[in-house]
Amino acid sequence: MSEAIKADKVMDLKGLPCPMPVVKISKGIKDVQVGQVIEVLTTDPGSLTDFPAWARTSGNEILETEQGNGLIKIYVKRKV
Amino acid sequence: MAEQLAQIESQIAEMKQQLDALSGRMPSNKLSMVVFSGDLDKILASFVIATGAAAMGMDVVMFFTFWGTPVLRDKNKGEGQKDLMGKMFGQMLPKGACAVKLSKMNMAGLGTAMMKSLMKKKNVASLDQMMELAAELDIKIYVCEMSMDLMGFKREEMINYPDLTYCGVAKFLEEAMDSRVQLFI
Repeated sequence: MSEAIKADKVMDLKGLPCPMPVVKISKGIKDVQVGQVIEVLTTDPGSLTDFPAWARTSGNEILETEQGNGLIKIYVKRKV
Repeated sequence: MAEQLAQIESQIAEMKQQLDALSGRMPSNKLSMVVFSGDLDKILASFVIATGAAAMGMDVVMFFTFWGTPVLRDKNKGEGQKDLMGKMFGQMLPKGACAVKLSKMNMAGLGTAMMKSLMKKKNVASLDQMMELAAELDIKIYVCEMSMDLMGFKREEMINYPDLTYCGVAKFLEEAMDSRVQLFI
């Protein structure tokens, strides 16, 4: 699936409900350089719509989203 | 020719002026929220939206008024000198975020207790945690001075929040006019 995507940082947000995943990524994105990628692990299905919405308004990019067994992986690239 | 040029120049100058006036009226990327309710569910929703907005890069202003005001009392602080009505309000209204109740299904406190334990189990942040988070995210809190006075609350019994200001309706409206999103909860 996403062997091509290499994450520079992993954020484990499993078990955290709204609004924490978006709050955490908005802080965590500042810990990587522009162009670097964060792999987010979440169990919150709301993140599937929330992360793209956050990315659009903050100017960042969702590279790929994977899900299975209740776990959602979202690859976020810092663009700004 | 020169006349036409001068005419075009003056038209451009006029347009520039109008553009400046227009951009001065553009609202900022800000959320202004009136927190009128003192119910657990509505306060929780207020803080979820406020912290979410801050995460989206918005400036956030929360204006606490009427039933929302006692939520900002600190349960560990003394109330100071109050008159009889002030004492009564002080007794009857929740002292701080941990004393607020659900707007529905409170069932003499049982429903609220169940909801709180469910929130804990599901990892949903408590109101106290939400307030800490709000402070971390530089969310501004304004407290309605008129509600404070009406219900007899003293400034010394309010929580220590880094960006808390007492104000009137004009301050809220100034913020609201400059906000893309305004909510009343």
